[in-house]
Amino acid sequence: MTAGSRTGIRRGVSLYSYQEEYFLRKLSLEQCIAEAAKIGAFGIESIGEQMMPGFPNLSDAFYEQWHGWMQQYGTVATCHDAMLDTKKYKHRLLTDDECMVEFERDLRHAAKLGAKVIRVLCMVSPEIMIKAVPIAEKYDVKMGIEVHAPYYFDHPWIMRHLEAAERLGTKHYGLVPDMGIFTRRLPRIARDRMERLGATPKILDYVCEAYESGQLSEYIIFEARKMGGNALDVSWAEQCRHSVNTNPKRLTEFMPYIFHIHAKFYEMLDDGTEYSIPYEKIIPALEAGSYQGYLSSEYEGNRHIQDAFPVDSVEQVRRQHAMFERLFAA
Amino acid sequence: MFDRYMICEETVRNVSQDGRVTGFQFGARIAYYRGLGLSMVEGLAVSVDGEAVSPDHIRFTVGNRTFSLGEMETEYEARWEFGEVATVSVLRPGGLTAGEHKLEFTEDLRIAYMPFPLKGRDAKVVRIG
Repeated sequence: MTAGSRTGIRRGVSLYSYQEEYFLRKLSLEQCIAEAAKIGAFGIESIGEQMMPGFPNLSDAFYEQWHGWMQQYGTVATCHDAMLDTKKYKHRLLTDDECMVEFERDLRHAAKLGAKVIRVLCMVSPEIMIKAVPIAEKYDVKMGIEVHAPYYFDHPWIMRHLEAAERLGTKHYGLVPDMGIFTRRLPRIARDRMERLGATPKILDYVCEAYESGQLSEYIIFEARKMGGNALDVSWAEQCRHSVNTNPKRLTEFMPYIFHIHAKFYEMLDDGTEYSIPYEKIIPALEAGSYQGYLSSEYEGNRHIQDAFPVDSVEQVRRQHAMFERLFAA
Repeated sequence: MFDRYMICEETVRNVSQDGRVTGFQFGARIAYYRGLGLSMVEGLAVSVDGEAVSPDHIRFTVGNRTFSLGEMETEYEARWEFGEVATVSVLRPGGLTAGEHKLEFTEDLRIAYMPFPLKGRDAKVVRIG
């Protein structure tokens, strides 16, 4: 396999993808990096609080080790996923000044890893981002607001971010879209889990079909109730509110602001396609915009199957990258 | 997420002090995809055979430090790392009687981007030898 497309799209993995194996201590941080490298996914995205115990207080020895791994496996750090725990204190939110301390901490950490981007959670406001820009410029690390469902490119909150970034004219404030904004079908593994928990198959199927056909969430929820749905059925219907199916062509239009991409997926099928997310439309849209960054795998199927089935994140990620290669060559 | 891994059932045991059984404990993991500072672990609840344990009788040990739930609320340094097995202790003279018990454990985690606490819940039948 090659490391990327002829148009310059590169392949990477967010280690988030291997969370099940890391959680159960079946893979160490180093082994996760090695698994990504094995499939030619040389861009490594990480979450400090997930696989770097002690974060944010990491020793120089840790960073030295990290760079040793990057060299050994031929990988590079791409993105650090910042969390910004604004609810650290029980009775109040962090002040803006306290948020800046966190930004400084995360941007410095990213720079130490050698990552060029941090992912900022979509709940962070444009006002906070504007304040953080000088810090991002100081470390020369870009900040990308995660465009994560139910947000999408044209959502007013994201448009405000884009307006703020445009007004500042900085190269350090943009977006990290999560491909979950192109969910054309609700994950069937999530549907099946609801059935295991006690939801009604007929209502689950109705919701899946209605979502796929583009019906409004409010109507679907209303209908699920009318069908006599129990609490689980209604909560499945409410899932439609948290999911969006938008047009992948938007990627081309917003390209100047796209720093990095979360290649979200739930289930790679035996035929090499993803059940919910149309990568056959996403990759041409990225190529049309000459995207030069990473497609960073974000496997999120484990939470829907772990109650009943063994999880094999490594195989799921491998399949996704085989799909990328096939689509790059198409 | 990770609910089924919250209680490490093979670790459940009675604890003794000065020759008397003072309670029981079990290994517990966080029901989230990353670690958290303890102040954001908004609540832990335990029930045994359907009976809720008083919050005052719960202790949480991580990294060789032990906290009451009240102390966790203002603990801004210690962390419960992702996948780390912490110890939940229940102060209960006599501990658990020999045989099977239904142990239920819930975690409420305060997450910045969620409007309500993230809840994890695990229930397992455990055996005291």
